[in-house]
Amino acid sequence: MENLTLPKDKLPEMLAEIAAKFTLIGPKEETGFTEFQEIDNPKDINLDYLISRVPPKSLFFQQTETLFAFTKGKKAKVETPKIDPGKRIIFGIRPCDARGYALLNPVLDGQKEGDYQDPFYKQRRDRSTLVGISCNEPDVNCFCTSFDIGPASTKNLDLLFTDLGDKYYIDVITKKGEDLINSLSKLFVKATEEEKKDRNKVEKTAVASITRKMETEGAVEKLGKMFNHEYWEQISRRCIGCGICTYLCPTCHCFDIQDENTLKEGGRIRVWDSCMNPEYTHHASGHNPRPSRMNRVRNRVYHKFNYYPKNDGDFLCTGCGRCIDYCPVNIDIINIINDVKEIEL
Amino acid sequence: MKGENPYKPSLAKIADITLEASGDRAIRTFRLEFQDEDIRKNFTFKPGQFVMISVLGVGESTFAISSSPTQKGYFEVSAMRYGKHTKALHQKEVGDIVGARGPYGNNFPVDEWKGKNILFIGGGIGQAPLRSVINYCIDNRKDYGNLEIIYGARTSKDLCFKREFEEMAKMDNLNTHLSIDVEEEGWNHFVGFVPTNLMRLKPSPENTIAITCGPPIMIKFVIENLVKLGFKDEQIYTTLEMRMKCGVGMCGRCNIGNLYVCKDGPVFSWDQIKDLEGDM
Repeated sequence: MENLTLPKDKLPEMLAEIAAKFTLIGPKEETGFTEFQEIDNPKDINLDYLISRVPPKSLFFQQTETLFAFTKGKKAKVETPKIDPGKRIIFGIRPCDARGYALLNPVLDGQKEGDYQDPFYKQRRDRSTLVGISCNEPDVNCFCTSFDIGPASTKNLDLLFTDLGDKYYIDVITKKGEDLINSLSKLFVKATEEEKKDRNKVEKTAVASITRKMETEGAVEKLGKMFNHEYWEQISRRCIGCGICTYLCPTCHCFDIQDENTLKEGGRIRVWDSCMNPEYTHHASGHNPRPSRMNRVRNRVYHKFNYYPKNDGDFLCTGCGRCIDYCPVNIDIINIINDVKEIEL
Repeated sequence: MKGENPYKPSLAKIADITLEASGDRAIRTFRLEFQDEDIRKNFTFKPGQFVMISVLGVGESTFAISSSPTQKGYFEVSAMRYGKHTKALHQKEVGDIVGARGPYGNNFPVDEWKGKNILFIGGGIGQAPLRSVINYCIDNRKDYGNLEIIYGARTSKDLCFKREFEEMAKMDNLNTHLSIDVEEEGWNHFVGFVPTNLMRLKPSPENTIAITCGPPIMIKFVIENLVKLGFKDEQIYTTLEMRMKCGVGMCGRCNIGNLYVCKDGPVFSWDQIKDLEGDM
């Protein structure tokens, strides 16, 4: 399908139609922060946001998930909960968060021999259409262009809206995106060459406004040589182990499993966990393979820039900047990787 | 595998419980039978693989399967009472129901080892995964050469599978060498640590595979000593454990470097991991 445009004043009509036909999810202002939520009234969608505090990974990989319900005792039973099979339209996600989903796939919906699939993640993802919105004015800690995306990247999305002032330019990227357009009223207009040029100009300006750059070239190999370097001790001294860098990371997928129950019945619940917690790797015997903050900080950096690239061929980072923005002690992942490049061995 | 809920256990009945070691760190072997007939019949595994066992309402933990796949209709795990969940498991009785899922992970390459002698070196509860291989080799006796078992624990009370060791003592081409760490009255086997017993016995590396499991410090010295005895890196195998939640490569915590013990292990040859840099 050719690319389209939508006059801005038609956006509420389009969103209302989506909300009526499907489940609409979008960025909503909530106690001073933006959060992706189910939207009943399209007026609640706030497109002035840049990065939601909690990444929309929570829409597929929920912060808490009941894996199964059980009854205890001699007549024990276990039962998987049903997931609503309806179609969901996720409107207004940023290209960096779309990359986040692409990076979660090998872990939660792995396709290699011997991989398992997380049915909760997979079902939610399969029934969702991702409608992105370009970032016309990226933030100071944005560094998505250090990876294979940018502020108006169409990668990993089904549709991408770019704000051209009085209208949105719409990149129709996948069949799923095309299906969504076809299921809606004819509010859209075929995009002209002139409009395409305007869209690319917006992209060019946005890309140019990103000033921070992570020097990822050679990072995997360099990290491979400096596991025992004193740098990890130095960089982790500031860390207070709060774990915010992992909870707010669109690619962190580590989780804990706990039972919640009454005398007779209950459920096994999955909750987000963080490799920054000392208990995370603590054995019942008392042994802990990552006993100090140094081990844990190093593991976080290595997982993203050495282990995951070795196993799945990409960096486990989207350049969203959340871990930098919210770190209470100013640990900066861009600086760490750039330091790694500079360190002489 | 695909489309199923990998976290949901199947229900299994405790068919038998054997008290292996008493004391505050009691060890019991639980014989488990899946309730569902199809699952019970179709459940197959290889020596070295592990399962996740649940006491519903308390939690779940990882155990090496300690029985041999030649024993059909059930499988066994040998659990030390240590944390909250194993304590609850030890309070279970024959006839009680637990959850079980698996088998997970890779296995000892027992098919590749046909025609070889096998040397087993175990310490404490680390004997559990070795027991699966030992009984597999005994049940396929003609496929393997000499079987040599070196096993030790802190005290005689901590030694597991005592009845089986008594039976093995009567078998041909199979030698057992037990040890305890500290002198005890009436003990007529070796006194000292397992790596020391290994050096005393000096087994030959000729056409032999050595597999070891036990506390990390024991594994370290056993492997050092095996190398001193002339064993090549690819003749030495171990099985590792790390804290796990999912068992299927998603929850993130069991990695050593870029390897996940649940998916890439738990069985590793020494040449696979000797140069691996990671938190262990």
